Amino acid sequence: MQIKKLSTVYDVVIIGSGAGGGMSGYVLANAGIKVLMLEAGPFFDPAKDSQQLKWPYESPRRGGNATRPMGDFDASYGGWQIEGEPYTQKDGSEFQWFRAKMLGGRTNHWGRISLRMGPKDFKCKTNYDVGDDWPITYDEIKPYYDKVDRLIGVYGSMEGMENDPDGIFLPAPKPRLNELFVKKAATRLGIKVIAGRGSVLTAPLPGNKDRGACFFCGQCNRSCKIYGDFSASSCLVIPALKTGNLTVLTNSVVREILTNNEGVATGVSYISKDDMQEYQVNAKTVILAASTCESARILLNSKSTQHPNGLANSSNVVGKYLHDSTQGAGVAILPQLLDRERFNEDGVGSLHLYAPWWLDNKKLDFPRGYHLEIFGGMMMPGYGGYFGFEGTTVPYLNGYLPGADGKMKPGGGYGATLKNDYRRFYGTMAGFGCHGTATAREDNYCEIDPTVVDKYGIPVLRFRYKWNTDEINQAKHMQQTAQAVIKEMGGIPLMQPAGPETNYGLDKPGKGIHEVGTVRMGDDPKRSALNKWGQTHDCKNLFVTDGSVFTQQSEKNPTWTILALAMRTAEYIIDQRKKQNV
Amino acid sequence: MNRRDSLKAIGIGTLSAGTLLAACKTPGENKSDIKTDKTGRQDFEVTRDETILKETFFNQHELATITILADLIIPKDAKSGCASDAKVTDFIEFIVKDEPEHQLPMRGGLRWLDVQCLNRYSNAFIDCTAKQQTTLLDEIAYPMMAKPAMQQGVAFFNKMRELTAIGFFTSKMGIQDLGYQGNAPGKWEGVPQHVLKKYGLENV
Repeated sequence: MQIKKLSTVYDVVIIGSGAGGGMSGYVLANAGIKVLMLEAGPFFDPAKDSQQLKWPYESPRRGGNATRPMGDFDASYGGWQIEGEPYTQKDGSEFQWFRAKMLGGRTNHWGRISLRMGPKDFKCKTNYDVGDDWPITYDEIKPYYDKVDRLIGVYGSMEGMENDPDGIFLPAPKPRLNELFVKKAATRLGIKVIAGRGSVLTAPLPGNKDRGACFFCGQCNRSCKIYGDFSASSCLVIPALKTGNLTVLTNSVVREILTNNEGVATGVSYISKDDMQEYQVNAKTVILAASTCESARILLNSKSTQHPNGLANSSNVVGKYLHDSTQGAGVAILPQLLDRERFNEDGVGSLHLYAPWWLDNKKLDFPRGYHLEIFGGMMMPGYGGYFGFEGTTVPYLNGYLPGADGKMKPGGGYGATLKNDYRRFYGTMAGFGCHGTATAREDNYCEIDPTVVDKYGIPVLRFRYKWNTDEINQAKHMQQTAQAVIKEMGGIPLMQPAGPETNYGLDKPGKGIHEVGTVRMGDDPKRSALNKWGQTHDCKNLFVTDGSVFTQQSEKNPTWTILALAMRTAEYIIDQRKKQNV
Repeated sequence: MNRRDSLKAIGIGTLSAGTLLAACKTPGENKSDIKTDKTGRQDFEVTRDETILKETFFNQHELATITILADLIIPKDAKSGCASDAKVTDFIEFIVKDEPEHQLPMRGGLRWLDVQCLNRYSNAFIDCTAKQQTTLLDEIAYPMMAKPAMQQGVAFFNKMRELTAIGFFTSKMGIQDLGYQGNAPGKWEGVPQHVLKKYGLENV
């Protein structure tokens, strides 16, 4: 076996093709810089590879979850577990790590919920006395949020809320019937409900001829054949390839980042899944954007004489401060919608209605908060995904409500009456997900497992993550909110209230798939890995542009911030190249 | 059929004439036409589908029993056909191989059902009269009313009913029955005004 060295020396090599890598590659390639992008999975073009508009009966498992954890039509290759690429746990942790190995990464299937962090979110320590302040302010990142809005497109409504900044919005889609019931109930309880904010082209995107406007199939998670929503594949990498300045190598799994005797990054070592050979490629600058945990893994595995603790890790923070959104939910059947009128209610595959965090923490037993992502309507019947088969609850509920004839009957059953009950209950579900902020803590982390390697021989990650009292109290509050809203709208709750033994229904860490913070930014090189430009304190030609850079998340979903920061870092690299600093 | 013959039928699985008549549609016409698509799918997914389609889990007797049960759960009515019209048996045969956690409860539950029938009526379930079949189902199909001794049957029937409903309502026939109108390009302009008015949501 020998290591093959690529003859071309690239200006920049980017590890990863998701939101961070895709945006970095797009900006640099359009500036005439020669870029190589390494992606661990296969090429994926939504125009060709999306499962959009398929019917459940076109899948032998009717859309079930056996091969893809979010359903047979979901656009993500990968999932919570990947054959031959394990991760391990420490101290009884149950961190769940969702990985998508494909061009565009997790942005092919994500919820397209596109929220800006607010001014107070960047100064969490100052405002809430938890976590740490970012080394940047909202005002510094605002121009990049604006540019991302214009480049990619996002719908929403102008609200003028201080810590939920408005963007440059396309028209927001109208809510579905069930969602209006939630809005009405929440409003009565003092919760302000506004239009969702999502990167779906509800109208043509000005100046862009390559992307079609949304045709409202509600299937964004399958990725969009006409590029009507944002995926890094369709909106960033594939357009960047057209510049001629970007080369993409797929099925290329990065082993480590290489450095020279001065400790400067020289390139990357990787294995090709296609021929299982070892390769090295040299570049003047390296951008790491392999995803929050994978980026930490690559840095920790890139040990050298100059960087004995792993690359960019003289501070010893790499892998630490891992934090994922808290997650809870309320789901109900609305009896007033039994036998409801049918019409096409698919809407968009992102959020129609959204309730930003609405309370003052001074009166609560936890800092910061969570938002509500409201859902419901006449979804395409199916199996798998988050909800499975919607009719599953029917035989358990039909004994609690009068039949079409107004009479009560025992629950369960079979035959013509039951068949009719499935029709009566169809499209009556409504609810909301609660997504909140967790605090970045040094003792929640991923590290290299000293004894386990994956099938490529690369040492794997081991997780240590425990929810803290703040997050558990927040989950308790989510549950109270869910019960109150469901009661107010006259719904029948589909979930039993959970007690303290299960953290009040708080999902396992990682399940929010908003994990961030493992290669965090900061002004102090002793307490952070990156400066405010995403440049590593220890290695000036190494940058990071994925979710790992977050100093402290907020309750806003992270993708829009990853995109804005990646654009900002890429522009900084262009500037520094002009000044011959990198 | 005496008890011994019925036990033999459960194990070996020859179909009786009674079975063929009892099914909403003849099982012989239920040859699987499930296909697997390759575009946008990973190699292991395509291989998995192809492998599963070649394998057999249920024997003929079990399939015949599933077919009758499924048609009792979702019968033909004025609006749509029965479960076997929508090839629900094929779906159940596939899904227990795709999600193996169903295998033991389904196989064991089917046997539990047959033994109940043998003890009461000296016949396997499929060879019982329609009246005998529904008498037994009435004891396991209503969880809150079922006797403690029938709880295993309740657990089996819950699963059988769920898999049947999934198979039917995700088929073309079942989706049309529910009246789902989407999955087609269109323009979403919100809930129709008359519907908003019906629920008093015009100003929400």
